[in-house]
Amino acid sequence: MDIFLQQIINGLVQGSIYAMVALGYTMVYGIMGLINFAHGEVVMIGTLVAITVVTFTLKLGFPVWLAGATGIAAAAAVCMALGWSLERIAYRPLRNAPRLTPLITAIGMSIVLQNVAMMVWGRNYMTFPSLVEKTQFEFGGAAFTSVQVMIVLVASISMGGLLFLVYRTRLGMAMRATAQNPAVAGLMGVNANRVIASAFVIGSALGAIAGVMVGTYYEIAHYQMGFMLGLKAFTAAVLGGIGNLAGAMAGGVLLGLIEALGAGYIGDLTGGFLGSHYQDIFAFVVLIGVLMFRPSGLFGEKTGDRA
Amino acid sequence: MKTWFDSLSPRALFGLALVAVALLALPFVAALGGQAWVRIVNFAILYAFLALGLNIVVGFAGLLDLGYIAFYAVGAYIWALLASPHFGLHLPFWAILPLGALLAGVAGALLGAPTLKLRGDYLAIVTLGFGEIVRIFINNLNAPVNITNGAQGITLIDPVAVADFKFNTTSTILGITFTGPQKYYYLLVLLALGVILVNYRLQHSRIGRAWQAIREDEIAAKAVGINTRNVKLLAFAMGASFGGIAGGIFAAMQGFVSPESFSLIESVMILAMVVLGGMGHIPGVILGAVLLTVLPEALRYAVVPVQKALFGEVLADPESLRMLVFGLALVLVMRFKPAGLWPSAERRRELAEKVK
Repeated sequence: MDIFLQQIINGLVQGSIYAMVALGYTMVYGIMGLINFAHGEVVMIGTLVAITVVTFTLKLGFPVWLAGATGIAAAAAVCMALGWSLERIAYRPLRNAPRLTPLITAIGMSIVLQNVAMMVWGRNYMTFPSLVEKTQFEFGGAAFTSVQVMIVLVASISMGGLLFLVYRTRLGMAMRATAQNPAVAGLMGVNANRVIASAFVIGSALGAIAGVMVGTYYEIAHYQMGFMLGLKAFTAAVLGGIGNLAGAMAGGVLLGLIEALGAGYIGDLTGGFLGSHYQDIFAFVVLIGVLMFRPSGLFGEKTGDRA
Repeated sequence: MKTWFDSLSPRALFGLALVAVALLALPFVAALGGQAWVRIVNFAILYAFLALGLNIVVGFAGLLDLGYIAFYAVGAYIWALLASPHFGLHLPFWAILPLGALLAGVAGALLGAPTLKLRGDYLAIVTLGFGEIVRIFINNLNAPVNITNGAQGITLIDPVAVADFKFNTTSTILGITFTGPQKYYYLLVLLALGVILVNYRLQHSRIGRAWQAIREDEIAAKAVGINTRNVKLLAFAMGASFGGIAGGIFAAMQGFVSPESFSLIESVMILAMVVLGGMGHIPGVILGAVLLTVLPEALRYAVVPVQKALFGEVLADPESLRMLVFGLALVLVMRFKPAGLWPSAERRRELAEKVK
């Protein structure tokens, strides 16, 4: 029982990280029907920027909370600029091109970002300075740390903020309108370019926060970490119904839980033939399963034959 | 009997002869720069082979496959398992190669079956997931039963050999000395010519037309009585079996396979070759493959001296700079030539109409 509870807790934490990244995919997909393959790399760069800034400010003698805040702010600023430029350079010129074209440029940009990161930060793993005093809590035989609590908390607040933005502000209304019908939204005076750019910028900001979470959780970061994270977050978005904000959040948490429980029990289920190093397989199996049986995702509406 | 050969003009025949002479002489010209260059040329041909296989799936049938490397891996590992000390099996190549092609083809159909309803981005993502699943299995199938030897990979794989003629050693034939890579070159050219021929014949066959119909409008294709399911599965299986053959040759040529060679970036690279060259256009695909294999290698040689000359020291390591240039090239080509560097006349026309 304690393993079960422990894996639920781990899954929730990992799942909130997936959910934060998944929002970046789902917002862009919802508005312009494009998979922003480079989003995982944006998250990776956010993590590395945060490491650099936090390490530097701590060395300057900043108190930990201020160093952390500066790190998050810097990561968010860099990622937002990055998301905005990505859209301008790689996607906007191709908005009316065949679907394969932006997919290829997205892959191109993700290769570029990975290699730029490698040039700047090097090939080695980097350690993330600890921001939160790590205290351990016990609950029903399972242990969790203050870092895990912080991650779930920050994720919930950010997602709440996003929902407020999308459902209660003018920009959010413009975004929803563009997602439904870009042409009619344009007639109503919505500036599509602005809406799309802001989807990229907001998604990237969430990605930056997710990046800091990954950093504080695993305490290490690497220039190649973005790709797998991005893939899994995308899976989460598909699982929840791509284009659907609440779906992405639920999908992220669900995928985290599936992975954690799967990794915890796969050894027992297969009599030791498959071990927990198969953890990465769950995301893809889930992805293939969902797309086969419910292409619109668990919470998505049927969109017909769009993809 | 009138063949396609008779329909060629004298000029075309002359051009064909020139190409043949150039192909025959190429490994010796490349050898002037060292055997490493012969190997690079070999890889260019191997990638052209792979790209042409993927072209069947992506270019002809319009099915976006991001997991193509999985079939290459299947072929390579079948060769590695059946012709190396790992299991102590040393089957001859004419037994392994068809088997590799067949099993890769079956894997292709297995991947294709669940994805029949998907299109575009979703299909790309599912195939990508499939490729990753294959890689994860190869990486981890070393316990409790050691099948793939895990991340260490399998070494000492037998070379291609016909009777006593081994392709990995230097030998003298008719007074000319051929090195191992040069012998492999001729084998690869032969195989590549085979796949080119198959591609050409397919493109203008009934099946090729059916693929084109599906690519342009699947619902209409179904309405005119094309069995879209079978035709799509056939595309997946055929493309995959070519991947399997290429993988087998790769394993034999290198003498070593490990999961590292089958990462997602390889799939992306091959897709990029197809798209960059000109989807569905055979000469374009070959051009894309050759460019994307040879140029980065050339850059590897140029990057260090150029940096030394400009800044007096090496600022960025060649490997990452190479990939950086590759990524930028993808973005730029898609931006300015969305149909690829050498699109077919048909595609160019379609795109021109769209602009109007």
